Amino acid sequence: MKLVTAIIKPHKLDDVKASLGEVGVAGMTVSEVRGFGRQRGHTETYRGAEYTVDFVPKVRVEVVVDDGDAAKVVEAIAGAARTDKIGDGKVWVTPVESITRIRTGEAGADAL
Amino acid sequence: MDYQGDHAWILTSSALVLFMTPGLAFFYGGMVRSKNMLGMLMQNFFSMGLISVIWGVVGFSLAFGNFGDGGLLGDFEFAWMRDLFDPSSGARPALDMIYQATFAIITPALITGAIADRMRFSAWVWFLGLWSILVYSPVAHWVFGGGWMAKMGALDFAGGAVVHINAGAAALAAVIILGKRKGWPKTAMPPHMLPWTLLGAGILWFGWFGFNAGSAGLANGQAVQAFVNTNMAAAAAMLGWLAVERLKDGHATTLGAASGAVAGLVAITPCAGFVSGMSPFYIGAAAGVICYLAIQLKFKLQYDDSLDVVGVHLVGGLVGSLLLGFFADDVVNALGQYAAVDGVFTGGGWGLFKDQAVASFATFGYSFAMSAIILLGLKAVLPKGIRVTEDEEDQGLDLTQHAEVSYALGDMGSMARE
Repeated sequence: MKLVTAIIKPHKLDDVKASLGEVGVAGMTVSEVRGFGRQRGHTETYRGAEYTVDFVPKVRVEVVVDDGDAAKVVEAIAGAARTDKIGDGKVWVTPVESITRIRTGEAGADAL
Repeated sequence: MDYQGDHAWILTSSALVLFMTPGLAFFYGGMVRSKNMLGMLMQNFFSMGLISVIWGVVGFSLAFGNFGDGGLLGDFEFAWMRDLFDPSSGARPALDMIYQATFAIITPALITGAIADRMRFSAWVWFLGLWSILVYSPVAHWVFGGGWMAKMGALDFAGGAVVHINAGAAALAAVIILGKRKGWPKTAMPPHMLPWTLLGAGILWFGWFGFNAGSAGLANGQAVQAFVNTNMAAAAAMLGWLAVERLKDGHATTLGAASGAVAGLVAITPCAGFVSGMSPFYIGAAAGVICYLAIQLKFKLQYDDSLDVVGVHLVGGLVGSLLLGFFADDVVNALGQYAAVDGVFTGGGWGLFKDQAVASFATFGYSFAMSAIILLGLKAVLPKGIRVTEDEEDQGLDLTQHAEVSYALGDMGSMARE
């Protein structure tokens, strides 16, 4: 099994969710995070004093999938989150050692 | 019973002005970091508790006792709430006492914006009480109580000097003695919730009608004039501030709109019942522009006036008090109980301006010096001093001074009863 983690622009979350649904992903975890890559941050002005804000709001999407599904899930996320502008984010895949459904105790692919 | 209308208006105004203090708390609270929100609210809110008691027991009498003596301080004729409920006047002294109590409450509360995020609460309690007795009551007597400034001929309709120059001078002394916030100005300390600030500014604007129009003392034409002038000055100042901000920084900000309106309300305070026609627009617009420029000074001069009490209240109060020397109009003055007098632009010569300058700088000097003495005294006497420790400053005033947090929004905290 693989953990697919994506950092995306917050306003693309609904598109990503829909796109994951289309490729058969049944569940996901999202969290509001802050960060920056090449996009860097923005400036804010309060009573004439300028502040540079490096960490900008992003959304992290996490999905655990079967080994064979990882590639198409990555594609689904990247396709839906892409705006062709700087700051679209990243998606990466890491191996998962085990997974257990807490309610039933099912393990492995059955727990997905 | 011909006082019924007047009583109704002044009672209403008292409630309006009292509401300004929580409004001010939220105006300031939105501008501090979230870990200091309750600390800011409490410094303001507490003033309604402590100052109400002090004012009833002795403060009102020190300010308004021996009314019209042309001197420096009242006496004890109304101390311990004595002789307030005179039946023949419909308890007029009690009405004056409660109306003026709301001014006594908000004036020291204005200082909290300058000392944000770093004063020990117990030190604030001591400072608040001592300042009210040693600074506010005497200065209020000088003008509102018929003291030496009133006798000289200086005008202050609702507190340009008594409230704003007075609090602004104290704020300047306080930031010099207390020192900068840890990390200022390198560390960014942006506002944590500007919607609170806009809400607070709206409450201040609303309450200011009681502050200025109530200062007519009667439900008369001068109250109407003051009411209208108050609104128009706030409006013009908002536009003035936003225009210069848009030119200089590229954006019209919500904080600028709120700050500009407050600067205009400050500047029209001494003038409200004494000017007419287009004057409130000129006074307001001048305040909006000048106060915006004044708040940039703290970075050059390196004093951490955290929320710009000096730039808005001291400078705005000076703008209003001095411009009154130009714009005062005896036609409006005559609507009320004051001696009719004109300013420079209305054919009255420089006499009033000179009196306004003397009153403004005397208020500044006395308040600055006495506030410094009180703070240095407290610093020497209080076992823990007047400032929180560096560690407490890092953790914030909410937790270290009040053992509470402002925003417990999530369910994730693990909380157990001791």
